Amino acid sequence: MGYSAFKVFWEGLTGNKGWKPVWREPDPKPQYDIVIVGAGGHGLATAYYLAKEFGITNVAVLEKGWLGSGNIGRNTTIIRSNYLLPGNQPFYEKSLKLWENLEQDFNYNAMVSQRSILNLIHSDPQRDAFARRANAMRLSGADSELLGPEEIRALCPFLDFDNARFPIQGALRQKRGGTVRHDAVAWGYARGADMRGVDIIQNCEVTGFRMENGACVGVETARGPIRAGKTAVCVAGSSSRVMALAGMRLPIESHVLQAFVTEGLKPTLPGVITFGAGHFYVSQSDKGGLVFGGDIDGYNTYAQRGNLPVVEDVCEGGMAIMPMIGRARLLRMWGGVMDMSMDGSPFIDKTHIDGLYFNGGWCYGGFKATPASGYCYAHLLATGRPHEVAGAFRLDRFRRGAPIDEKGVGAHPNLH
Amino acid sequence: MIIDHPLLGPRDAAEFVYKGDAALIDRPDWQAEDAADKFHEYMYLRDNVAGEMAELWYHEHGDRSWLVVTRNTLTHKITSVELARDVARRRGRGK
Repeated sequence: MGYSAFKVFWEGLTGNKGWKPVWREPDPKPQYDIVIVGAGGHGLATAYYLAKEFGITNVAVLEKGWLGSGNIGRNTTIIRSNYLLPGNQPFYEKSLKLWENLEQDFNYNAMVSQRSILNLIHSDPQRDAFARRANAMRLSGADSELLGPEEIRALCPFLDFDNARFPIQGALRQKRGGTVRHDAVAWGYARGADMRGVDIIQNCEVTGFRMENGACVGVETARGPIRAGKTAVCVAGSSSRVMALAGMRLPIESHVLQAFVTEGLKPTLPGVITFGAGHFYVSQSDKGGLVFGGDIDGYNTYAQRGNLPVVEDVCEGGMAIMPMIGRARLLRMWGGVMDMSMDGSPFIDKTHIDGLYFNGGWCYGGFKATPASGYCYAHLLATGRPHEVAGAFRLDRFRRGAPIDEKGVGAHPNLH
Repeated sequence: MIIDHPLLGPRDAAEFVYKGDAALIDRPDWQAEDAADKFHEYMYLRDNVAGEMAELWYHEHGDRSWLVVTRNTLTHKITSVELARDVARRRGRGK
């Protein structure tokens, strides 16, 4: 079923009776060319690009709960490509380019809104660091610009420019950054994959891997065994638990990140704004709520909820740059479990076990990576070679002394 | 979370810095044949337990002791708190 303005108009006139479910609910077949474990954003994107770009449609996506029930449904929806390191920046720029054409590509309204992202600058050394970052961004073809306080004042008059401790001296802006309707991303990819013949099987937990002669030949599931030419794990948040079923230990710890949304307000924020002297970021959803967050809680956890000290820290960050946020009432707050890797960067790689592939370690930056993660994982699965922009995301990079550490804090997952 | 410090009594977890898995107490032997592999595992690989986990917490805003806290990562419930020194000694470490 395609979508068009005419279709919306016609359905409106005829009682909206013609809309049908946009994906099937098939029973698992005994065998597939590729089985993807995890129907989150990245898993569904992988299935979509496998079918669309690489012509592989004998694919199943297995999901323990319901489609899109993990972090694709509980993030703060920001897209951007303002990274520094050469292992990262081209990948995130590829992702942003895919975001820009996503809705036309899968004919689904994901509400991609390039409303810009402002990273505020509060000191001279920070301006130098952001100028360097702005140049690094341009090397990969991304856009970047440095703004002075007067330009920011015109955009965001409500910020606390003359804060005694953290005055706002400028900002790094990426105009092409913005926000996306996160659930619609999962739905759009699911629909696109399903239309091309991919089986999306919900309520089908993977309970083990089938091994023959040291190679992975499929999975055991709650709905029986399924054989697979290649098994592609894509379960960020639960990576360690799933890969432990194959006897692997990962360079990953699970941590909780909290997020918050206020009551709906009239249009206030021109885009995404981040605090440069603490950890706080905020945007405004199309419904009007201010969506914001900050640091992870900092201790290992699989509970999808956090503790109060970090709530206080996030709110202090908000008050420091945007005192008016203190007048907004909080509507909801929630937590999601992050794969925090040892250098703050992800993995898209084959494992040492033949037939078993791994995608994870996205820290708290997985949402913006969804299209490129799916595309590059599909490329790896289809061709056996990493995509050129994802070649650094290898599992053995620590052993080789080649971490991709944007923050430069070393092997401390809770500091990335 | 409240951590029941063995010397100071119940303290707010916000006074502590989190280090991670208490396996980090067991530093590998740097003179062993397979020291490079062992240090790679020690530095970078984690069990990342879902359930009861022994972990290191440092009382930075307090008496600056290292503690081994046994905590459930699914519920945040803390079941035991010991001085890391005592745990290391029990595992046969010297000082």
